Amino acid sequence: MSVQNEAGRQETVAPTASAPAIELRGISKAFGPVQANKDISISVAKGSIHGIIGENGAGKSTLMSILYGFYKADAGQIIINGQEVNISDSQEAIAAGIGMVFQHFKLVENFTVLENVILGAEDGGLLKPSLAKARKLLKQLSDEYELSVDPDALIEDLSVGHQQRVEILKALYRQADILILDEPTGVLTPAEADHLFRILEGLKKEGKTIIMITHKLREIMEITDTVSVMRRGEMTATVKTAETSPEELAELMVGRKVLLRVDKKPATPGAPVIEIENLEVVDEQGVRRVKGIDLTVHQGEILGICGVAGNGQTELLEVLGGYQTGTGKILMNGQEIDLSGKHSNGQTRRARGIAHVPEDRHDEGLILEFQAWENMVFGYHHAPEYQKNALLMDNAGIKAMTQTSMDKFDVRPPNPKLEAKSFSGGNQQKIVLAREIERNPDLLLVGQPTRGVDIGAIEFIHQQIVALRDEGKAILLVSVELDEIMSLSDRIVVMFDGQIMGERLPSETNEGELGLLMAGITDEEKAQ
Amino acid sequence: MNKMPKWADAVLIPLISILLAFFFSGLVIWAIGKDPVVAIKTMVQGAFGSTSGISYTLYYATNFIFTGLAVAVAYHARLFNIGGEGQAMLGGLGVTLVCLAVPWPHWTLALPAAMIGGALFGAAWAFIPAWLQAKRGSHIVITTIMFNYIGAALLGYLLTKVLKVPGSMLTESARFPEGAHLPNFSEILAPFGINFSPNAPANMAFFVALLCTFLFWILIWKTRLGYEIRAYGQSETAAKYAGINPSRIVIIAMLISGGLAGLMAINNVMGEAERLIDNAVEGAGFIGIAVALMGRNHPIGILLAALLFGFLYQGGAELSFWESIPRELVVVIQALVIMFTGALDNMVRMPLEKLFVALGKNKKKEA
Amino acid sequence: MTLKTTFLGAAAALALTSGAALADPAIIFDLGGKFDKSFNESSYNGAERWKAETGGSYRDVELQSDAQREQALRRFAENGFNPIIMAGFSFATALETVAADFPDTKFAIIDMVVDAPNVRSVVFNEHEGSYVVGVAAAYAAEGDTVSFVGGMDIPLISKFACGYAQGFKSVKPEGNVIVNMTGTTPAAWNDPVKGGELTRAQKAAGSEVVFAAAGGTGLGVLQTAADEGMLSIGVDSNQNYLQPGHVLTSMVKRVDNAVYDAFMQGEDLETGIFVMGLANDGVGAAIDEYNEALITPEMKAAMDDATAKIVSGEVVVHDYMSDETCPAY
Repeated sequence: MSVQNEAGRQETVAPTASAPAIELRGISKAFGPVQANKDISISVAKGSIHGIIGENGAGKSTLMSILYGFYKADAGQIIINGQEVNISDSQEAIAAGIGMVFQHFKLVENFTVLENVILGAEDGGLLKPSLAKARKLLKQLSDEYELSVDPDALIEDLSVGHQQRVEILKALYRQADILILDEPTGVLTPAEADHLFRILEGLKKEGKTIIMITHKLREIMEITDTVSVMRRGEMTATVKTAETSPEELAELMVGRKVLLRVDKKPATPGAPVIEIENLEVVDEQGVRRVKGIDLTVHQGEILGICGVAGNGQTELLEVLGGYQTGTGKILMNGQEIDLSGKHSNGQTRRARGIAHVPEDRHDEGLILEFQAWENMVFGYHHAPEYQKNALLMDNAGIKAMTQTSMDKFDVRPPNPKLEAKSFSGGNQQKIVLAREIERNPDLLLVGQPTRGVDIGAIEFIHQQIVALRDEGKAILLVSVELDEIMSLSDRIVVMFDGQIMGERLPSETNEGELGLLMAGITDEEKAQ
Repeated sequence: MNKMPKWADAVLIPLISILLAFFFSGLVIWAIGKDPVVAIKTMVQGAFGSTSGISYTLYYATNFIFTGLAVAVAYHARLFNIGGEGQAMLGGLGVTLVCLAVPWPHWTLALPAAMIGGALFGAAWAFIPAWLQAKRGSHIVITTIMFNYIGAALLGYLLTKVLKVPGSMLTESARFPEGAHLPNFSEILAPFGINFSPNAPANMAFFVALLCTFLFWILIWKTRLGYEIRAYGQSETAAKYAGINPSRIVIIAMLISGGLAGLMAINNVMGEAERLIDNAVEGAGFIGIAVALMGRNHPIGILLAALLFGFLYQGGAELSFWESIPRELVVVIQALVIMFTGALDNMVRMPLEKLFVALGKNKKKEA
Repeated sequence: MTLKTTFLGAAAALALTSGAALADPAIIFDLGGKFDKSFNESSYNGAERWKAETGGSYRDVELQSDAQREQALRRFAENGFNPIIMAGFSFATALETVAADFPDTKFAIIDMVVDAPNVRSVVFNEHEGSYVVGVAAAYAAEGDTVSFVGGMDIPLISKFACGYAQGFKSVKPEGNVIVNMTGTTPAAWNDPVKGGELTRAQKAAGSEVVFAAAGGTGLGVLQTAADEGMLSIGVDSNQNYLQPGHVLTSMVKRVDNAVYDAFMQGEDLETGIFVMGLANDGVGAAIDEYNEALITPEMKAAMDDATAKIVSGEVVVHDYMSDETCPAY
């Protein structure tokens, strides 16, 4: 499977049997002063799986958006099957045989699978013939590629993994030969991800070409034939997957050597900090999200909770953080805390020594329009040390404090007056982390600490969390990244459907076992 | 990261928008067979050419400062208060009750009392929609609009049945006592030897408006409450995470908003009419939305936008006095300005951004 | 064209205008605008009639805001317009101060009395005209119930209603007059749908003749009355033609005459209070080809008799606005 790269410079554009499925030459794109893509050339052979890896903001999504007609490149050519094409909107991309599966699915929730598949590709004004045709084709595709979905199910009733299959079916229905997947496993369980990879292998065998964008090194190693690494808008390397290693790829992504494993001493747990008994959470729609959980986190330990997103971890964190009501009993340092009512809110929780790095830093942890210094006291803005007098806040003092924290936590650029939205994901997370850790809490709640964070920052954030543990603090970590749970936690608890499926020690378990638990399959069931 | 220098964003864009608006207004004036240059001259001359003109301009601007600030406070909490009109009406009622209740000996005593009355009534009128929004989820846009109508009907009733001077045909309250008379600019400036038209409406309330503008700035950017209002406005989920009580912020922001709208009454009711007349607000509550929008919800911006609208009102009046331009057309011109400065912001912004990027690139090349 | 040459320089502009316009009359319309199909429009028609007959020119302006009343008066007076007519009672407060500041300018205000040496106050005896149409209604109705739809609930409109009721009861003392007002806000002047609803309700309560003194709302009243087989009575201008054969008569109020007269007198405008009543054709019941068939001889005789008695002073119609009470209801 030859790929790169000098072939890209050859001048013949006549279609030949050996022409690459897709070839980009010298693509550049700038947004204002930001050069998102700089002279990018790749070429992907027909019937191969090509990975594009890079940190957030490296320009991967921009590149794919150009390919799909969302953006127009400032310079460069797109050549498909040896023919130069001009793609100025998604219709033309589809016509050129390109299908795209977005990270956030573009499905109509209250339509059936079938309706979604034909949406925008109907033949004529009447739906019936289109639907019949689609049904037949869908059945055929399902059989071929293990893409089984019920064509009459409503999208909102399907699991995330099935919804993704609908997106793939949509692309295939439009006769895509080149399939682009943007972070396809971000929302999947390990089992679902495995299934997806089997589907992709099947598609590849049928001669389809697949481009997969991801930041997960493990997936790249597992499924791709070739891989391109992007850094700061440039393509730094294209290599055969078989001839590289995760360490090498990480180094290419970040530009320096990166420690992929967390370096930490064994934990020395002390007294219990928080004891949770029979916690129940019912959300606003009346759905039971957390179903009677018992948990204890001790001083000097990191308790990792893993599970597929949407199995109650979010609600657990929200209740502990004080902005979701629950029932049950929670003791913090031996004292009971209110789970509902007037005294159950973020302020009172913080006063009890609970700090919280929320899962969603854009919607919860930060006010993106606020400047860094304003974010640095967010939630603690009532603290007496941040007030100048009874009326005014001590803005100057807060700015000075922010400067110190930013330096300490290596936030770049270290400018307190910059709006939070101007920082990269990793630096935003460092701001949140700095704010919560610097208040010296007894318990730190951490949700998805490295979601959308670049590898370099991940390393730093992990070190900070471990350092806090080593100071004897209790840490409750929630993450959907199994790697992260495995490497950070001192104890692991798996959540599924609002319940705890089991508890393991990282040294005594593996990703396979955890994956089964995350899918709701207990030891007993497995035995049957 | 900014694509454009700040001064361009703050000055250049509004300026170009206004010029565009005047260009299209000129076309409209030309289309009805009048001379646009003369028309614009008439407007400028009428609004700034005499102390009387200036006084009218400032009088209107004072109204718009109050209602603009009112809209902006709510907007910082992401609440769209369309009810400035009704709140200002009720503010007028509060001011009237205060002014008529006591035989005021001097305006220095009457003004603070009237301010409290106006703000209190305006705030009370905003409280009901605020409470409904905070506790029952009723959309504040709908409820505040409804409350404009209810306010108008309530005032109509009170003016015809309760406050009206018996025997008078005018649907208006009795005149305020002499002691509640706010000094106008002529009276304020006379001690300094400055001659100002004695028969024009700008008065002490203008300075109250300036004070409110300053206090607004302190509130929004220097206090904990302002911090929480802005945080809630930017992200309700984040505010909850931080332990900020959403209902409390909605209600407080709306009370301040309604209070500011109600304060407008010290200008139009106490300062100008010196009695409560029917429909005294005359749309200033709605203009406040445009003023806040154009002023980017910043006090300085609101001040400038209010002055611009004051100019448009006074200049527009002069247009219909001397140019026989029908008042409907004057409204069209005012609307064009609102449209260009508010709604069509991006039309000017985008090309300008590109221009700045291009300029920036050239500079780099030269360097 | 002259305007263009007039405005050479911004500073000189206003002075020049005033020079050119010396002694031209001016009229200021109220917030309703000059084409309100009612009061303002009637004034406008008077001014236009003057213009057509004399070939003169006048300045007019429609106000946008209440604060402009005094401003407009002052600006016109400053620039030498004379006389200056105000259509509407709302100008009273502004006029009081401005008239004193410009003793050499003559002003005329309609529907209001302002006591100043250089002001003509034109008031109409609407109650007298209403009395006469009330008499007509009493003759037109077979039963003993008629009705009234007012616009905004203000004393002036009660003055119409009260005069109408007195006229009706002079014929049918035990009869019943239903009085409804459309609303308490200015919107009540322009709500024909509500006017129609009120009319229908009055019909249900037994009314046979409805008198609408309600601006634009009245159009709905007249329409509905025609649809429901009732008779109606128009107001202000002659509205007989609107629903031919269904409008019994119209209580006309000759605002146009008031404006026309004032313009004709020009700078020599006689000041003081001018009462426009039945005696000087300021108000009256309109009879034309559209309603001739509806006016029976005995009805006509009764109307003429009432008119004569009022003019002679034999009958005094109570003016609601004098004490805000009405003896007839």
